Amino acid sequence: MTKPNELTLVDAARALRAKTLSVRELWDACAEAAQAKNPELHAYLEIFPADVAAIDAAQKRIDTEGEAAPMLCGIPLAVKDNILIEGNIASAASKMLENHRAPYDATVIQKLRKAGALFLGRTNMDEFALGGSTENSAFGVTKNPHDPSRVSGGTSGGSAAAVAAHMAIAALGTDTGGSVRNPASYCGVVGLKPTYGGVSRSGVIAAASSFDQVGPITKTVADARILLEAIAGKDEKDSTTIPAGLYATTPKEVRTIGVPTHLFADALDPDVLERFTTTVKSLGYEVKEIELPSATPALAAYYIINFAEVSTNLARFDGIRYGHAARGATPLDDYLLSRTEGFGKETKRRILLGTYVLSSGYIDAYYRKANAARAALRRDFEKAFATVDLIATPTMPTPAFVVGAKSDPLSLYLEDVFTVLANLTGMPALSVPMGTLSREGKALPVGIHFTAPHQAEDRLFTIGAVGEKIHSV
Amino acid sequence: MATVEEVQKLAALARISLAEADLPAFTREFDAIIAYVGQLEKLDLPADLTGETSPLRNVMRDDGTPHAAGFFTEKVAEQFPAREGDALVVKQIISHD
Repeated sequence: MTKPNELTLVDAARALRAKTLSVRELWDACAEAAQAKNPELHAYLEIFPADVAAIDAAQKRIDTEGEAAPMLCGIPLAVKDNILIEGNIASAASKMLENHRAPYDATVIQKLRKAGALFLGRTNMDEFALGGSTENSAFGVTKNPHDPSRVSGGTSGGSAAAVAAHMAIAALGTDTGGSVRNPASYCGVVGLKPTYGGVSRSGVIAAASSFDQVGPITKTVADARILLEAIAGKDEKDSTTIPAGLYATTPKEVRTIGVPTHLFADALDPDVLERFTTTVKSLGYEVKEIELPSATPALAAYYIINFAEVSTNLARFDGIRYGHAARGATPLDDYLLSRTEGFGKETKRRILLGTYVLSSGYIDAYYRKANAARAALRRDFEKAFATVDLIATPTMPTPAFVVGAKSDPLSLYLEDVFTVLANLTGMPALSVPMGTLSREGKALPVGIHFTAPHQAEDRLFTIGAVGEKIHSV
Repeated sequence: MATVEEVQKLAALARISLAEADLPAFTREFDAIIAYVGQLEKLDLPADLTGETSPLRNVMRDDGTPHAAGFFTEKVAEQFPAREGDALVVKQIISHD
């Protein structure tokens, strides 16, 4: 029999309604698995004690409302450490915010609370969501449940590992350049980056504000849809959120899938390409070759904009009002010491790179050029979507790598070649497992990645449900 | 090519100090990244995309009902590294001598 913590969100919700499982039993199964596996995997930075009042309230609601209770009622979730839960530490895995206690709930947390969801703990991540492997956490790396010598991906590595290892029913991550989809691919789970503006970022610690979105990490595509529907929507506390129907997407059946094969040369492990090609064919839709000429320089544009926005956002951490506060001889020393001690290596690197690309001598050559390249990429995608309904690529060029194998920062940046495109265009994208590939005797998951036009998440759920069946065991 | 001195200057601007011992390796990695993203300089883009082109618009709203005065004061003040009542204590910035 499947253990309660191994259930999907949909099955757990059904079991709660059928009274074959109580909310407390489900919580205990998840919390026990989290406690048991965390010493090895380090998916959680903190596992919360049981909130008895919330558990009882969820049980009562299921008992009285039955089928009318929200699907998330009584479901234990893991939450990335850059999303504020009132009264709890929210550190973004940085020494800078090690003791930062959230003064309010993020809007997504408020919405989940209202739906009766429970919070198991806060999950590990790359510091301030900068990286792609969770190796940049100030508190140690998260290991991959499929092979603990390898990374879980990042930056939402803790959330993906927690879901893959059944230490939570589902999780929230955030995605700036692939941070939900990359670890979902490496850990063999589903990850969705919604349309930019689809989900409120009030109470989410900012990385690069023109890219950041909160997204679900789940065991199935159906689960991702439930979690997205619970957190999505316009929020007066985040003026970048958009109303439903802002983009004119004609609801239509998925018929054609576009594949930009020209991007795959050199970029991919051969067996990843082979698996991708056979998976796309088995989906049963018409497959069309498409050209995205601006996609190759897009990675450079992504990083320039990322550096610029990160250095700007992280300027707020000055050691004066909150966070790590070192004290020197002068007020300037207070800033210098607090920032030097509080930020990790990659964070410092990006702040300096951002300072460079925004400096008056270089802003035209780098930042403004990158914004123009971003507009060109968006035009490429819009053109492609005139002839296809979805665009498919592998999520990552390789399966998860061994911890420490990509110590050169540039080689790690190049891993993001496919995922950043959706952040640059603001379009929604989904990673779904496409089976495993063998590396050194271990079966490692790889993901297939679908992009849809703005606000056409429905197409992703349609294709995702087809895709996840192909390799399911 | 970025020099160690240039990297130090950027660090000073960003209110960060880098350890002497780390500077050569840091400068080398910095340079490789700048060289990579610098490929954009050579990129030809359609003329209509070279200005401020992103499809952005300002979002305005009327002033709404604010939260009650003092609602967050204690929670925010708890985060202060040093406080006197509800006031944040900082170093004296203007000296009198």
